Amino acid sequence: MNTAESQVKAVNKPAAKTKTKRKWKRWAIHLFPIPALAIYGLFIVYPILAAFTYSLFDWNGLVRGAFIGLENFQALFTLEPYKELFWNAFQHNILYFVGQLIAQNGLAFILAFIIYKKIKGAEFFKIAFFMPRLLSIIVVGFLWKLILNPNFGALNVILGKFGLESLQKAWLGDPDTALIAIILVNSWFGLGFAVLIFLAGMQSIPHELIEAATLDGAKGWKMMSKIIIPLMMPAITIITVLTFIQSFEAFELVYAMQGSQGEPYHSTDTLAIYFYRLAFGGSSGGGSSAIGLGSALAVVLFLFISVFTAILLYFMRKKEVEM
Amino acid sequence: MKQNIWTRPLYYVIAFVVASISLYPLFLMIMSSFKPSNEIFMNPLSLPKSFSLEPYRNLLEQVPFMTYFYNSVVVSVTAVLLILICGSLAAFYIARYTFWWNNALFFFFLMGMMIPIKLGIVPLFILMKDLGLTNSLWSLIFIYTATGIPLSILILTGFFRTMPIELEEAARIDGATDLRILWNVLLPLMRPALGTVMIINFIQAWNDFFFPLIFISNEMKKTIPVGMLSLFGEYSADWGALFAGLTLSSLPMMILFFIASKQFMEGLTAGAIK
Repeated sequence: MNTAESQVKAVNKPAAKTKTKRKWKRWAIHLFPIPALAIYGLFIVYPILAAFTYSLFDWNGLVRGAFIGLENFQALFTLEPYKELFWNAFQHNILYFVGQLIAQNGLAFILAFIIYKKIKGAEFFKIAFFMPRLLSIIVVGFLWKLILNPNFGALNVILGKFGLESLQKAWLGDPDTALIAIILVNSWFGLGFAVLIFLAGMQSIPHELIEAATLDGAKGWKMMSKIIIPLMMPAITIITVLTFIQSFEAFELVYAMQGSQGEPYHSTDTLAIYFYRLAFGGSSGGGSSAIGLGSALAVVLFLFISVFTAILLYFMRKKEVEM
Repeated sequence: MKQNIWTRPLYYVIAFVVASISLYPLFLMIMSSFKPSNEIFMNPLSLPKSFSLEPYRNLLEQVPFMTYFYNSVVVSVTAVLLILICGSLAAFYIARYTFWWNNALFFFFLMGMMIPIKLGIVPLFILMKDLGLTNSLWSLIFIYTATGIPLSILILTGFFRTMPIELEEAARIDGATDLRILWNVLLPLMRPALGTVMIINFIQAWNDFFFPLIFISNEMKKTIPVGMLSLFGEYSADWGALFAGLTLSSLPMMILFFIASKQFMEGLTAGAIK
């Protein structure tokens, strides 16, 4: 609408109507954030807040019963089998985190550094490392379940071809190897993403800094520990925090490969799997209070993740240097 | 920096070995999807003797894969559209106006990136049930829209802030409304940011397994990832069909990746780096 036209319209209309219209125009802008707020508020904020209140009630199936204060939390930490299952799963989550830090992030750091050093085919390697990330995590789980199958799986067949029959194993059927196998599969999935973040961190270091350090005689490990790592601390912080959150939410891969019981014998059980069982699985949850207990577990896990993420961020941010 | 003569070759060896480990399982998956089950059991590693389509025929007979596919497309596309609409409206408001509550509003949205929403799944499930949305694709569309909004607002707000204010002032003098400014002036200039938001959320919605596992039990409303669960649950002996299912599930994403690998890699990391 051009100015002349709008002037003509203004003249033609009664003054009061124009005023309300202009007022409406000014207020209309406040409608802009409403759709986002409504959807985000209803499906993210409300459920998380509700989980806190759910944990304070007795539950009969999906029907809420009496207010029982902290009894669900008490049961979770003092009654068997809840107590044992909780600590068992908690240990696995910690192992998951540490395992990912080493197998995924450690290796990703080395690979990022190799690409940073401008090897030929860098683009190919980036794509290759990243490819697994495109699959749905459930596809990753099922694919590796087939590969790790003791009889027909590719891994044992390959080991056989190299005369390494002694290493052949029922990788997912043995409590000693099942969790490690899952952690390695998760690392296979997440490796390329970590490489890209590390690489972005390294590439953001100004060239003059590296050159100046080289002139000052810094090389090898000294260059790495005094220049490169401190200057890419933001990238390291991000990856560590994401790995932490993801490790303590670990669900899909375990579910796909070892089912909702964390087979064999709960040796791959994680807190999220245990939570799923309590809330939806019933069988080892224990009848009527399952939703209450499940919500209590969700609250504990939520608080643990939030507090620990905050601590992690605080200490790692301290190590970050200003450029 | 002076280097040992072995350093460079060692770099290549490491990169090559890891790249093989990254790619081989995918190669094996695609290759095995052209082998009938008994051939997989006899020669798991060899190339298919004749590229057989039998596994794909079996797959389509055993599960309604085309229905899964259709559902996945409907859910992902609708969710991405809703995210773009809601996200750009809210980001425009946050970035281009300076009401005193705008910072708080921005922070409120950003909080969503730190919330592990899986932990609210019980109230969420009951909410969906009360709304009559369980076993409806809308349950998935809404939850993916909701989970996608925080990061999209972060990315789009950042982008809106980089755009010169003069752009919209001219339009405002001509009497254009906010909606018109957003739609006709700003959004056409924001293709890169919109593309990033699209890619991140499309992958998220297409690949998600957790929410349909909880919300959807009707076979005809399943998306591909939960459809795979039905396939592996009931037909676990037919490995040819299993590999065909896995391949077909991953194919759309791989094709998109080959068309725009750079945008994919930049898009997915953009969220983390910001």
